[in-house]
Amino acid sequence: MTVALALEQLLNGLQLGVMLFLMAAGLTLIFGVMGLINLAHGSLYMVGAFACATVAAATGSFWIGLVASLACAAAAGAIIELLVIRRLYDRDHLDQVLATFALILIFSEGTRWLFGSFPLYLDIPPLLQGAVALPGGAQYPVYRLAIIAAGALVAFGLYLLIGKTRLGMRIRAGESDREMIGALGVDIRTLYTVVFALGAALAGLAGAMVGALQSVQVGMGEPVLILAFVVIVIGGIGSIKGALLGALLVGVVDTMGRLLLPQLFGLFVPPSQAGMIGAAAASMLIYVMMALILAVKPRGLFPAAHM
Amino acid sequence: MAMTRENLINIILAVLLLAAPLAANAFGQPFYVTLATRIVILALAATGLNLALGLGGLVSFGHAAFFGIGGYAAGILATHGFSGDPLLFGFSGTNQMLVIWLVAMVVAGLVGLLIGAISLRTSGVYFIMITLAFAQMVYYFAISWPAYGGEDGLSILVRNQFPGVNTMRPLGFFLICYAVLMAVLGLFVLIRGSRFGSALQAARQNEVRVATVGIAPFRIRLTAFAISAAITGLAGALFADLNRFVSPSMLSWHMSGELIVLIILGGAGRLFGPLAGATLFVIIEYVLGGLTERWQFFLGLILLGTVLFARGGLLGLFAGKAKHG
Amino acid sequence: MKKLVSAATLALSMSVSGLAFAEPVKIGLITTLSGGGAGLGVDTRDGFMLAIKQAGNSEIEVVTEDDGQKPELAVQIADKMIQSDQVDILTGIVWSNLLMAVAPSAVAQGKLYVSTNAAPAALAGANCNPLYFNAAYQNDNLHEAMGEYANKDYKKVFIMAPNYPAGKDSLTGFKRYYKGELASEVYTQVGQTDYAAEIAQIRASGADGVFAFLPGGMGIAFLKQYAQSGVEIPVMGPGFSFSQDVLPAIGDAALGAKASGQWAPDFDTDVSKKFLADFQAEYGRLPSIYAVQAYDAAQLILSAAAKADVKDTEAFRAELLKADIKSPRGDFKFNTNQHPIQDIYLTEVVKQADGMLTNKTVEKIFDDHGDAYAKDCKM
Repeated sequence: MTVALALEQLLNGLQLGVMLFLMAAGLTLIFGVMGLINLAHGSLYMVGAFACATVAAATGSFWIGLVASLACAAAAGAIIELLVIRRLYDRDHLDQVLATFALILIFSEGTRWLFGSFPLYLDIPPLLQGAVALPGGAQYPVYRLAIIAAGALVAFGLYLLIGKTRLGMRIRAGESDREMIGALGVDIRTLYTVVFALGAALAGLAGAMVGALQSVQVGMGEPVLILAFVVIVIGGIGSIKGALLGALLVGVVDTMGRLLLPQLFGLFVPPSQAGMIGAAAASMLIYVMMALILAVKPRGLFPAAHM
Repeated sequence: MAMTRENLINIILAVLLLAAPLAANAFGQPFYVTLATRIVILALAATGLNLALGLGGLVSFGHAAFFGIGGYAAGILATHGFSGDPLLFGFSGTNQMLVIWLVAMVVAGLVGLLIGAISLRTSGVYFIMITLAFAQMVYYFAISWPAYGGEDGLSILVRNQFPGVNTMRPLGFFLICYAVLMAVLGLFVLIRGSRFGSALQAARQNEVRVATVGIAPFRIRLTAFAISAAITGLAGALFADLNRFVSPSMLSWHMSGELIVLIILGGAGRLFGPLAGATLFVIIEYVLGGLTERWQFFLGLILLGTVLFARGGLLGLFAGKAKHG
Repeated sequence: MKKLVSAATLALSMSVSGLAFAEPVKIGLITTLSGGGAGLGVDTRDGFMLAIKQAGNSEIEVVTEDDGQKPELAVQIADKMIQSDQVDILTGIVWSNLLMAVAPSAVAQGKLYVSTNAAPAALAGANCNPLYFNAAYQNDNLHEAMGEYANKDYKKVFIMAPNYPAGKDSLTGFKRYYKGELASEVYTQVGQTDYAAEIAQIRASGADGVFAFLPGGMGIAFLKQYAQSGVEIPVMGPGFSFSQDVLPAIGDAALGAKASGQWAPDFDTDVSKKFLADFQAEYGRLPSIYAVQAYDAAQLILSAAAKADVKDTEAFRAELLKADIKSPRGDFKFNTNQHPIQDIYLTEVVKQADGMLTNKTVEKIFDDHGDAYAKDCKM
């Protein structure tokens, strides 16, 4: 394996990790503050992608689409929070799993109702088309670099938001003691809606950015959702830092596994079989990693303070 | 056992579920027998989960793994039985349901023991997620392992045999499944009433108190989880025979979600909750599915309504608040 | 007037064969109308129903149901159609795994199955069945054609498919005809959406061509990402990777891609042109290959129903086997394993004057091509 290939794969892993972080940050924030487990987070990712594709097709601008994806996902998040989610805060996790499972069905079938069964078209904006040269001679897509940068920006923004602003102070207060912030005179109901909408907007942003790389279709959120759960469980549920490190770990391990495992098996069995077995092993790799981590640290790498 | 309102409803449900297919068969409508068989098998799978979830409070989001493992046990044994290729130690499979059930339960139970041993170290959301992750692991393995069909699945050309019953006739197979379900429900009652069952329920309500009287909650839960896995595995084997087909979709996380849905629809922790839930679910699926392609949208609405406004499930609506727990 | 003519034809054919339309024919169409793969099922249904509608025959009844791309659901629907609706013929399933769940038990119960798409090797060889027909192809065919084409222009090809049986059949089919060197053989995850790792491998492999079998959303994702990667090695694939249902979503990234297919919208025959015009008039969009295959499956059933009683299974399947239809694809006949023998073409993705992407025929790769499994089929 050349240095160029290794570098390229590392960047790929990083880019996947950044995407997962955008999903996982919302999930873990919602869990940390409200104690809610939200399976419908993948649906908000889908909403973001569909909003971006639709608006971009209508206006001809990816950037307006991107703004629309943030707005639509945040709005969808706020609406389901007001109608459904807020009735679930004092329920057990079982009810939350079930209600948000029901939301997935409603969102998926509803989206198909509105947009039909065929995938939508969403292209990368002209500004970010093409590839740039990496040290070592390889070419790397500009758009993927932009995703990495956007993810880093969001991570930094979240750090500032939570560490330095009044809203962040309330979020931190909510994470450590839910009764307390009520006593401080904070309007918890509004805070919860805002946090949920924020998480939804992050998911929508991820959906829109990935939508330009993949196909915008119903059900696109589910595989990402499960990976994002793996991320927050590995990182420690409720911890943004854990989500960031967990996401990068999962991204890099998954990408490297898909590259290296078939080669590893290639040392023992014929190439065509090695490809199959290696691919099978690679698809299980992150789950194995998660089981191993939880066997040693049952509450993840960076357990949040409460729970 | 006193004749409570819930018991009465249970008996009515059990009788109806037996009578309806008999009538359908008599009127030459074998499809409704098949539909009833589906209800019974899903109820059996959910009853397995109910042991862990309803009694033990263990919200497993990965029971599809055991359902699918049971299914594959049946599929693989039947395939080898059909072709005569040796499977293991010169044993070349079988088409006898009784043997298949035993293997399905043992394998699912052992895998349950393994998954439980790791997962039960965690609790709450972690437990939900780690069981989901293990099920995904099994799912991806089944998809990418080429020997038994991978994603295409595995066909069982002829339904497996049961002594004295023609299993290819819908009614014969239904009666077998119905008898199995009733036997397992009986077992559920026994477990619930036993010291083991009391300890399991006590561990759900107050872990510390149970530990202080010298019972290790971990071992109790692990045992319950393994039994639960074995029952769901048995249901998987029957499901494979019902469809004469096994595929990784039996292992998908949607299946795990559906099993939980069945329990909640019917009423968690209740003896007949899974059966009531499975009946309602299959009827919704069949009736709504016949009316509109968008049936999943309405299924979602119904589920949401149940969680938000009818917390005891179907049985809760009719039989009042659950007495256990 | 039309009615009168068909009534006259009916009377005529009845007097000739004494059998025709003696019994109404009931067809069960099971296909995917919800879920991620619904696009293919919708085209299947529409293509099938177009032929039925054009026939204007009230004796043919079609029951349509959605399988949601779930094998258990497909089995349940098939059971219902056989036991409760009492259909004579089943058809419509798009996916090999669903077909493997339904077809073997349907034919075991004495029903005919005419496949509109899925064609797993398992049903084409030793396990072929007199009651099972395939109107589309055999799964390996389009991959074989690309292998044959690759011999001409490429020396070292990178081949890639999802890690599931159809994916393995694909690469096996390609390798059956391709004689050059393989740069690498890669299996991706089913449903995978990010191909950065594979694209990096392609770049590093030193290949001069890439063969990718990635149907549906997988192909959309791969091609969009590939176009951005700066890798210039040409991509080719079987027709599914560039069919009309996915082209709009891939966009210009697909331009110039070479693929194999039994039909393309630019076919210059009267039958094909008429089909294209009729389909567009009826549904307002271009048909995909799935629509053509389903259209032909319906034509086959109609042609047999015109001459034989469907309850007389032996006579009916003998008529089916004659394949007395005018296919938009051109020449069409059945092999000994009841899979098609047909021509396979090389196509290229181009942009029409109206900006719509479509496939243009380049040349014929195979003339009267059958499949590798027919020799194992003893009927």
